[in-house]
Formats: sequence, structure tokens, C-alpha cells
Amino acid sequence: MSEPTSGESRRISVDLLTRVEGAGALTLRSRGGELESCELRIFEPPRFFEALLAGRHGSEAPDITARICGICPVAYQMSACHAMENLAGVRVDGPLRDLRRLLYCGEWIESHGLHVGMLQLPDFLGYPDAIAMARDHPELVRTALRLKQTGNRVMRTLGGREIHPVNVRLGGFYRLPTRADLDALVPGLEWALEAARELGERIAKLEFPDFHQDYELVALVHPDEYPFNEGRLVSTAGIDVPVSRYDQVLTEHQSPHSTALHTASARGDPVLMGPLARYALNHDRLTPLAHETAARLGLGDAVDNPFRAICVRIVEIVFACEEALRILRRTGSADAPAVPVPLRAGTGYGATEAPRGLCYHRYRVDADGLITAAKIVAPTSVNQARIEADLRALLAGKLSRPDDELRFLCERAIRNYDPCISCATHFLDLRVERA
Amino acid sequence: MRGVRVIGVGNAARADDGAGLAVAAALQGRAPPGVEILCSDGDGTELMQMWTGAGRAFVADAVRGAGRPGRIHRLAAASSRLPAGLGPSSSHQFGLAEAVELARALGTLPAELIVFGIVGSRFASGEGLSPEVEAAVQRVAWRVLAEIRNPPPGRRPRRGGRRPS
Repeated sequence: MSEPTSGESRRISVDLLTRVEGAGALTLRSRGGELESCELRIFEPPRFFEALLAGRHGSEAPDITARICGICPVAYQMSACHAMENLAGVRVDGPLRDLRRLLYCGEWIESHGLHVGMLQLPDFLGYPDAIAMARDHPELVRTALRLKQTGNRVMRTLGGREIHPVNVRLGGFYRLPTRADLDALVPGLEWALEAARELGERIAKLEFPDFHQDYELVALVHPDEYPFNEGRLVSTAGIDVPVSRYDQVLTEHQSPHSTALHTASARGDPVLMGPLARYALNHDRLTPLAHETAARLGLGDAVDNPFRAICVRIVEIVFACEEALRILRRTGSADAPAVPVPLRAGTGYGATEAPRGLCYHRYRVDADGLITAAKIVAPTSVNQARIEADLRALLAGKLSRPDDELRFLCERAIRNYDPCISCATHFLDLRVERA
Repeated sequence: MRGVRVIGVGNAARADDGAGLAVAAALQGRAPPGVEILCSDGDGTELMQMWTGAGRAFVADAVRGAGRPGRIHRLAAASSRLPAGLGPSSSHQFGLAEAVELARALGTLPAELIVFGIVGSRFASGEGLSPEVEAAVQRVAWRVLAEIRNPPPGRRPRRGGRRPS
């Protein structure tokens, strides 16, 4: 490939992004050395989940929406449950609330473990993929795989199975795990806690590109805990509202180049969800060893370098292990596997923290408990516009570099967000304008 | 000798994608004592767990676009690379080919890992195998049994063995 000259027009396309979930592509267009456009194209087919929820009973929402994703089904189940419970005015507390947090710990450990060890580390260590990395660094890949298995086991114990769990219902669970089931999780989580801390030491030695952005970060904020299931919707630029006001502060719009809807704040700016957002808004409520890991990684009060998201993910794995162990040690037995959730006509709102960011659900339900309208916003669709903005900033001044180098840089930058493109694709409202 | 495991891979709710699971089902009660028969949805990490520690492992899975429906491919994964893209292409749930290569890199591949791929024709929602695939399932079950009983490499039954009468 010849070195490009500054005056010519160039088009660089990454036709299929690898090491991300789902099908997406990126097109950059430049003219005279200036970037003209940068489009992250998501071409997963529309999923129609919102449409197919209409007419189903509200109690079915957790099981139907869990099918949106095999990677973070818990996020969908939990957001659906919380939305319906919000509508019914029911609070799930005590051991059942603890077990829900435990289930979420499993999902974070599983998803982050895989992302850190198998999807992101190869970028930092200079390998095309985890298989190539495994030849030189088998211990890193073994650790990542075992972390994933540890998280999966938690999900299997609480959810019945790790992919699309079947044991979650409105108000709690269908069947509670026995004390022996829970105790059996402890050794694996104790190993995972130490393994994640060691991995943190390794990650602390990596070199990070010098790249800083001024983000509006959005996450749940809970007064007492690092958020999974509950909290207010808060941003670093002043949003601070209950989840029921999500649609007033974050709006979705269509963009011709992507099947997934884009999101912007009321001011029209892109926002960022996920580990960086959770950390900036909640780090003082991390568990002790997670705090220590963050300090050893030099994270400070906020992280404005997206390449350091790998650091926050390892901190969140440490947190999830500590939190899971704390729950396993203290939680008592629940009186019943679930509390009743009597649905009535109205609208329910729920948001929980998927590994890759906040997952928002809104359901309108009629007097028979049937869903009449649903809205589901996946974090990757929210992050899309911010990813594009990052790429534009990252490429500034670098457009004279060879295509392959730019392609790798862009792919790597996109992987920072652990995008789940299959989740991001949903279909809200089709408008046909005919002249 | 370390254990022998047979792993059926697939999704029975996706028509011919259930071929590998059907092979596992066909071997239940027919395999010699001590042979473990397992089922997987094809998640690479799970597959790696399933064959780690086995002396010999047989994997049966549906494949597409590799000949006419019902055709059987036999691949000795321990001695050669599998064609990339066998199984799902998602990165978070890497498939059989990636699992084999990762296990090879990590040194956890069994000394003998034989993959039987059955070419399917229908992968839409719904249960039930195409007749050609159903017949191939029985042939693969028979070939797996034959290989289990005749372990030495190099004396494997020839390809295209007939269905048992």
C-alpha cells in the first residue's frame, strides 16, 4: 500500500469489526487530509422485540427480553423486573434483593472477564487475537477463561442456566438456591478475587495511548452501593433524575447509516455509559479491595481515557467478586422465592447496569396486565454517537497514516466500549413519508 | 487409558442444527461403559472444559455449505487445523474452531480429538431433522462407536461406512 498524500480523497472501511458482539462496520471518509465523516454502521437486522412484547403479559417481559442477548441477559431480565415492580409499587428487599445482586455479579464477572482477557488484552500486547496471545501468554488466557466460568457458574446457580437464564421472575425467582448451592460458589469466587487482583497488577504495567476526552458520563447512582439494580439516573453534566424521567433527559433519534437508534442528551450531546461512567459517579462506594485495585491502577476520581476502560473493568471484577462473597456470607434464607407483583394499568420504568452500561426499559400495561407499548434502550446504542466522536478525535492529525494502521487503531478504540451490537439494534417507530 | 468423551453440539430448536445433539442421544445406552456423553450449545469455553482431561474426545456438530445435506466430514483436530468459522462467529461466544485452536495453544487439546460434521440443509426455527441428516446421524453414531472400540490411529474404519443393519 502506498503512503497516501494529503490532498487525495480516501475512504477507509472496516467491513466487519472483529472481537465485538454482533455485526457492525465503520466507514471513514476524508478529503484533503480532513476527516469528512465517520460512521459506525450497525447492520444487525432490527430485532422487533419491542413490537413483539405488545400483547404479552407483563410477567413474560423478563423471559422475552432475556433473549435479546446471550451475553448480558441478566441486564434485560433485571430491567424488565424493576420496570414492572415500579409499576406495581412493589419493592423487592432482603435476601431476594441480595440474590439479584449476586446474579448480576455473575454476569459482570463473566462478561468483563472475557472482555478484559480475551478481547482487549490482545490489543495491548500486540496480538491479532486471543489464540495468538495464548501461545505466548497462556496464563492470561487461562485466567480469563476461568473468570468467565466462575461468573457463568454464579449465573447457572441463580438463573438455572448461564445463557438466557430461566429462573428469574417478577418479584424474585421461581426456585431459590439451597444453602449448599450458594456455599459451593465461594471457593471459585475467592479464587476469582485473587486472580482479578493479580490481573490488575499486570494491567497496571500496560502502556496506554495518551488520549483524553471530555465525556458526559451517565450511570445509575445509589446512595449506599456501587450500582447494579437501583439508583437515580445521574450524569457528570448535571442530570440527576429518577429513572422514570429517562425519556425527558435522553432522547433517541434515527440515523441513516445505522440500524440502531442514536441517543443524545437534552442539549443534543452524545453521552457515554458503562464502566467509565459508573466509576466516575460511584467510585467512593466500591468495596475495599476494589478501591485498592483502583489506586494501584492510578485511576483517581474519574477516567477520561477510554483505553483505560480495561482498568475500570478489572476494578469492577474485583468489586463483583467481593460483593458476591459478602452476599454469600451474610444472606439469610428468603421466606418465599418471590413476592407478589400485582400489575395494574399504567407505565413502569426500570434501569439496571449491564456490564457495558445502563439498560433502560419502559412498559405501558393495561388493566389486564398486558403490555401495550415497550421501549428498551441498550447501552451500546446510546454509546454509538460517543464512539463516533471518539474516533473523530482519535483520527485528528493521523489521517496520513497507512490504512492498516488506522484500521487497527479504530477497531481497538471501538473495543474499548465492549459494544454489543446485537443488543443495540432495536426498532422503535417506523415512519413512512410519501410525497 | 484416560477417559473417552463424546460431545454433541447444537441447538435442537433450529432443525438440522440439532444433528450433533441427536448423535449424542443415539449413543446413550449404546456406548461402552465409562464413555461420557455430553451435550453443548457450542460455546467455546464450555467445549474446552468438556474435553479437557479426556484422552480421546469425539465432537459431533452440524455444518453448513460443505457439500450436499447429510454428507459427513471427519476431521482429526489434534493433528490439523479446523476450518475457521465452524460454529458461531460471535466473539463473545467463540465456537468450535476457535476453541480447538485455543486449546491447542494452551496445551489442553486431548491427544485425539475427532470432529464429525454433518452437513445440514435447514437451520430455521423448529425441531426435527431433515431425512438425510437423520440418516447421517445414525451413520456418525455408528462410526463413533467403531472408533471407540478400535482406538489405534491409522486403523480407523474407512470413510462412508455403511449403516448397521
